[in-house]
Amino acid sequence: MFIAAMIGVLITMLMALVRALSGPTVFDRILAVNMFGTKTVLFIAVLGFLSGRPEFLDLALVYVLINFIGTIAILKFVRFGKVETA
Amino acid sequence: MIHVVDMTLLAFLALVAIAITRMTNLFATSVLTGVYSLLMACIFTVLDAVDVAFTEAAVGAGISTVLFLATLSLTTQREKPQRSPNWKALCVALLTGGALVYGTFDMPHFGDPQAPVHQHVGPHYIGVSPTQIGVPNMVTSVLASYRGYDTLGETAVIFTACMAVLLLLQHEKRRDEQSAVEEKPDKEAMEHAMILRVQSKFFIPLILLFGLYVQFHGDFGPGGGFQAGVIFAAGIILYSLVNGLDKARQIIPPNVLHGLVAFGLLLYAGTGLASLFMDGNFLQYRALAEEATHGEHIGILLIELGVGITVATVMTSMFFSFSGRRRS
Amino acid sequence: MDLIVYYASWALLSCGAFLCAVGGLGILRLPDFYSRQHAAGITDTLGSAFVLIGLMLQSGFSLNAAKLVMILIFLILTSPVATHAIAQAARQSGLEPKVVAEEDEA
Repeated sequence: MFIAAMIGVLITMLMALVRALSGPTVFDRILAVNMFGTKTVLFIAVLGFLSGRPEFLDLALVYVLINFIGTIAILKFVRFGKVETA
Repeated sequence: MIHVVDMTLLAFLALVAIAITRMTNLFATSVLTGVYSLLMACIFTVLDAVDVAFTEAAVGAGISTVLFLATLSLTTQREKPQRSPNWKALCVALLTGGALVYGTFDMPHFGDPQAPVHQHVGPHYIGVSPTQIGVPNMVTSVLASYRGYDTLGETAVIFTACMAVLLLLQHEKRRDEQSAVEEKPDKEAMEHAMILRVQSKFFIPLILLFGLYVQFHGDFGPGGGFQAGVIFAAGIILYSLVNGLDKARQIIPPNVLHGLVAFGLLLYAGTGLASLFMDGNFLQYRALAEEATHGEHIGILLIELGVGITVATVMTSMFFSFSGRRRS
Repeated sequence: MDLIVYYASWALLSCGAFLCAVGGLGILRLPDFYSRQHAAGITDTLGSAFVLIGLMLQSGFSLNAAKLVMILIFLILTSPVATHAIAQAARQSGLEPKVVAEEDEA
């Protein structure tokens, strides 16, 4: 059962990665990276249960915070730092 | 199953690395380096190196990406086109890489129990640490006590990096006159960002509290001074992003910030000196109290606090320096 | 009782993984940024919630369940706001949604 969840998360990571690499606009990439970060959180949580050591959930907690802060920082710089949006 | 996960992650890593080298849009590459750091953190978790994964994600995917983007907003966003491929550089890179790969053939297999690294120092620390130091997280006990001198050096390196950034990017005093002009477009944008502001009012205290938790929980689980400092700095950076740099500068005056940068390192070195004055060696924490393990606990607590303070204030002041510059 | 919890968590984990995969497919195949935004934002939050609740059922009443609750709360707080912020920044930067010309109602 954890294997099914892990496979689902890995497939989603791959698809988000492809969108991040090929997104025509900057915002596509930001969206894909945000999704990738959330999937990393799920990956850590499921990996903990898969390998029988769920004590590492502190990591997943940190990634949620870092993902959010990273997304907001990127958006502020795109909006006010005069980064090209092409 | 773990091997399949491992290989999939390494394949993603290779994909992202190739894409980073091929792209010319520097904004996309800095965002992709954040993705690279997240993947590395996943791989470290699969390898059971949780403290490293913690720091890698916090620093690589969070602070590093923010600082790269701050730099990009001061320079150009396109890579300069190369006129012709550089064959000499390629030859040197291939030769060096080939020599390194050839060197790995002589190394012991990954995870081999007969490897020297698992024969001498590893079992000694694992056997001795619970009784001598009494801290459940052995990474912390090795980092803070057995190899405390190296960690002092690392903290000094972080301190020096902050000095370099402050010297190069010192915030100009003249900006106070310009800020009255620049504030008007910012005010408009802040009204648009009301959802963000309300949400961050709820969220930032949680982040800071979590930073404190990671700081003091480093003895029992993954965590410690470095990670806690980065999380603390991330909370302050979020406040500064949502409410403007000037307000953040009012809350944490730069003088206080710079003072705390020095204070953290002084706390660390001061603990070493204190143990020197109490009839021990430099950084021998057992001299700090009557009972040896009690002294070790006090010593580890103080130096982790010093590291946490230094890292948090260094990251914050670097962010303030970077984003305080406008492209002139 | 244990069997019910086991099957419930199995169902939730599968649903969550499936939703995440659907979101990934959406982000890859939909034609425009704003439609991809829909796919990413909705499935991110809901799929993650299902997976995390499924894991919570697996671990019973323990510290791990408390940490999973914290992760769920943080995720529900931040994921929709991040989605909103991305869409707003795109709109303010002038990115136009792709509008398909309406056919005449004949």
